[in-house]
Amino acid sequence: MCLGIPGEVVELVADQPDLARVSVGGVRRAVNIALLEGEEVAPGDWILIHVGFALSRIDEAEARAAMEFLEGIGQAYEDEMDALRESGIG
Amino acid sequence: MRYVDEYRDADKARALAARIAGLCAPGRSYAFMEVCGGHTHTIYKHGIEDHLPENVTLVHGPGCPVCVIPMGRVDDALHLARQPDTIMTSFGDMMRVPGGRQSFLDAKAEGADIRMVYSPLDALRIARQNRDKRVVFMAIGFETTAPSTAVTVQRAAAEKLDNFSVFCNHVTIIPAVKAILDSPDLRLDGFLGPGHVSTVIGCRPYRFIAAEYGKPLVVAGFEPLDILQSIHLLLRQLAEGRCTVENQYARVVPWDGNPKALRALADVMELRPSFEWRGLGTIPYSALRIREAYAAHDAERVFGVPGVRVADPTSCQCGEVLKGVLKPWQCKVFGTACTPETPIGTCMVSSEGACAAYYNFGRFTRTAVREATRT
Ligand code: SF4
Repeated sequence: MCLGIPGEVVELVADQPDLARVSVGGVRRAVNIALLEGEEVAPGDWILIHVGFALSRIDEAEARAAMEFLEGIGQAYEDEMDALRESGIG
Repeated sequence: MRYVDEYRDADKARALAARIAGLCAPGRSYAFMEVCGGHTHTIYKHGIEDHLPENVTLVHGPGCPVCVIPMGRVDDALHLARQPDTIMTSFGDMMRVPGGRQSFLDAKAEGADIRMVYSPLDALRIARQNRDKRVVFMAIGFETTAPSTAVTVQRAAAEKLDNFSVFCNHVTIIPAVKAILDSPDLRLDGFLGPGHVSTVIGCRPYRFIAAEYGKPLVVAGFEPLDILQSIHLLLRQLAEGRCTVENQYARVVPWDGNPKALRALADVMELRPSFEWRGLGTIPYSALRIREAYAAHDAERVFGVPGVRVADPTSCQCGEVLKGVLKPWQCKVFGTACTPETPIGTCMVSSEGACAAYYNFGRFTRTAVREATRT
């Protein structure tokens, strides 16, 4: 639950300004972007996701490093990704 | 790939370890607390302590939100889960946390409708799909997760989903750190500040730790090199006679945090006059509750909870572990009566709890070897 997982914004959802479609470790999910401060997110941006919400922007290098690190931590990451796959935010 | 080169390099780790050793004054010992359970996880997983000089120790702090939930609150949640036509939703981390008699898993086995969710928004979706049921979300976490709960409550209010409520157990990091600073049985030289909590609250709230308590704090990232670099920054401050808040994790943590998340939080939640923390006791103004304006979505107001205080089991030494007075393996039941499968204390439940992290990685660190040969 405390893990922040990086994701890449794939597309914005036209009629729901708070949502973005994001690719997270190969899984495509809707993520809530209402908490992101500043300018709009755009496809190609990287964000750090906690419990279905984008909490901060990161750059691509950081995202890759974070992902590699998460994949290395094992079970806790597996559990988080399993939970994410089940998730159906809309 | 600048960051990868910068943070994932064995040569760099060795160089940092050498610089750390060079900054330690001979004959002096240093104890630094990592506040966040994510750091605890990295420290055990990568055996960080093995790369530190003998006189530098890491003390595991209270920053695992599952580990600090007292048994009475689990019992209150189970009381809610057993109400007729009620669905209880919770993060997976909560499922095994022992209450006075039962955990969520036990109650689920007995027929209570308890569902694991990834996000509070999943709980909201369940409420939307089950208008004839009352859906409660067991909200836990520090400032990292609390804004997400807040936005979910705002959304429930906007959609008039009056069958959705939150059992709010969000806690705040600063009062816990203050309680530790005020506790007489502890001697610390500095702190590794929590990375992801700080994306929300920023670095300013820590300044009193340097100003009033004279302890440096470095907000740290989660990779092994982040932690080594943060320890290096702490030691450099001490060596230079400085004491301030530094941000090692600036590539993710803005100095001012996330004002939008803080605004959502302030709109929906307010401080509770007091909250019991497992192992740390009652700490004033250390947790959040739902504001009156959102009373319709506050499970404590909608249902009422028994609020019975349950004393921790006598064999459990989580309090000492959370305060850093004991290392996990020094608890009498560690690895015997208390394991991740059958946890007695909460530090064994979450992968971010100090006991579970130590148990899972089973590292006989330098410190453990020293302890074992001493006793
Ligand atoms: S071993 Fe179990 S009871 Fe002992 S401190 Fe750790 S979690 Fe608590």
